[in-house]
Amino acid sequence: MAAIKEKFEIPGKMRTWSLALIAIGLLLTIIGFITKGLSSEEHERAVFWGTLLYNSLYFMMICNACMFFICATTLAMGGWDATFRRVPEAISTLVPIFGTIAGLLMIFIVLSDKGYIYQWLDSKEVAHSKMIQGKSGFLNKPFFIIWTLLTIGLWSVLGARMRRLSAETDNGQLSYEQGKSFVWRNTVTAAMFIVWFALTTGSVTPWFWMMSIDAEWYSTMYSWYTFASTFVAGMSLITLWVIYLKNKGYLELTNQEHLHDLGKFVFAFSIFWTYLWFAQYMLIWYANIPEETIYFKHRVEGAYRGIFFFNLIVNFVCPILILMKRSVKRNYTLMTFMAVLIVFGHWIDFYQMVMGSISEQHVTLLSSGWLDFGVAALFIGLMILIVGRSLASRPLVAKYHPFLKESIIHHT
Amino acid sequence: MAKKKFVVGSFDNEDVLFPAVKKVRTAGYKIHDVYTPFPVHGLDHAIGIRETSLHTAGFIYGITGTATALGCMGWIFTTDWPVNIGGKPHFALPAFIPITFELTVLFSAVGMVITFCYLCQMMPFVKKHHFSLRATDDLFVMVIECTAKTNVDDLKAFLTNNGAIDVNVQEAEPGWWFGRYDKDQQLIRDTYVQPV
Repeated sequence: MAAIKEKFEIPGKMRTWSLALIAIGLLLTIIGFITKGLSSEEHERAVFWGTLLYNSLYFMMICNACMFFICATTLAMGGWDATFRRVPEAISTLVPIFGTIAGLLMIFIVLSDKGYIYQWLDSKEVAHSKMIQGKSGFLNKPFFIIWTLLTIGLWSVLGARMRRLSAETDNGQLSYEQGKSFVWRNTVTAAMFIVWFALTTGSVTPWFWMMSIDAEWYSTMYSWYTFASTFVAGMSLITLWVIYLKNKGYLELTNQEHLHDLGKFVFAFSIFWTYLWFAQYMLIWYANIPEETIYFKHRVEGAYRGIFFFNLIVNFVCPILILMKRSVKRNYTLMTFMAVLIVFGHWIDFYQMVMGSISEQHVTLLSSGWLDFGVAALFIGLMILIVGRSLASRPLVAKYHPFLKESIIHHT
Repeated sequence: MAKKKFVVGSFDNEDVLFPAVKKVRTAGYKIHDVYTPFPVHGLDHAIGIRETSLHTAGFIYGITGTATALGCMGWIFTTDWPVNIGGKPHFALPAFIPITFELTVLFSAVGMVITFCYLCQMMPFVKKHHFSLRATDDLFVMVIECTAKTNVDDLKAFLTNNGAIDVNVQEAEPGWWFGRYDKDQQLIRDTYVQPV
């Protein structure tokens, strides 16, 4: 095992690219802030803050999905991911950073907003609507702020604990007793994370952060839908980083067998996402109750029709047709293509979830797409920079992980 | 069908089996099959069996199911017996999707089970020769088909040198025939290996 490269060195190109993306993104965001954020028109301001909102939420949640992946495999006693476990760990170091951005943004919106993003903050609208009044026990400022802080805070703390535990496997061979205690403490922390994840991403938090933009409308499937969306994008993100590191000659112990399993995850959860997408859509379509169909009205029949079906093609038709074959899941080029496509596709999904409600009449991606892509570039640049750094700060392979051998001989 | 001559080597350890399989293949012998008590990872690659086409068959069955469901429902609700259900369009695609999904799964599942049985030649009353009964218990049994050129004594020695705990020669029917295991089962005494 002496031959493996343990230390990731950040290539100059990567640093340049990430800084360039951050610079472009920052520039476009500032231009957006001046032209839209400071605009006297309420709609323009809503577009600016909404764009920041869905980007920060999307990138924070796909990074958090990487920690969910680690915790889920830990709880399932899965060992196959041990050779590349440091990659999702490195991605999840972004959760506190993106979480701070998203949290501050949302608290700012909630405190300053007069209802142009979150409908329930508009006192006039609330006075008219019995439905929103009925939800006031849930949709109110203190609860929103406290729950947001708790959500992001606990994600960060528990994620950091998982990473700290993982660092124990760098120092030397674990004895039988140490190994047992390592696995046990991992299991406990992972279980705590999963429970909290289920209470947040799995149920309450997306209702707050995104669904309450249309405060009158509700769907109990919304959170699961958000979870599926972020999880499949998170798995694609892990795949991208693993392939990048393989290309640079790192992660010698990770091979096609691991790629195949990552591909299976991406494939399976694309189908799972479609299942939830369809279940949510069909029930509302079938029941045909005006207060429910309002959400799909401008998405299926209005301005967002194109985006709506594009979303389905990219996130369902492409994965099911392309990723179905075993040889594709074992092919680095095609997996890179699919991973990029899916990260982009679910970004579009988040776009239509948030902006479809804020800017109902026209698609801002077509009229002012530079802002959307600019903000996304900012987050991607930050991601490349910070993930690169956290990969470089620790050994790439948890050398003394109890399940490492299981992962090396992994065979699918 | 004509009976063929087989050399049967039994191994008690998969770590011995793998190198033996490799050596037998490089020596140019034709492996008929290897029978193991449990699925051994990577053995199919080692023997050089081609990838199964079961999944392709499954895909075709699935597509057939999708087409059947959509075609059938589409025809019934638009042409054969159009009924206004809740003011929905006659060709109500979202409402058809669950049934389409179910038929896709049903067709591919049933079709694949039948195809699997066909590929493995498994059916009620279909009987095949057992080279060693202990292949279902604790031995890995490698069966090598003899050709006209095969020197049986050399092959037997070769297998023994490569770790086989028992080697014997059998004249057996390679294919299947109709019969009943409970009626005409006879213990194959010469394949029985004393416990080591």
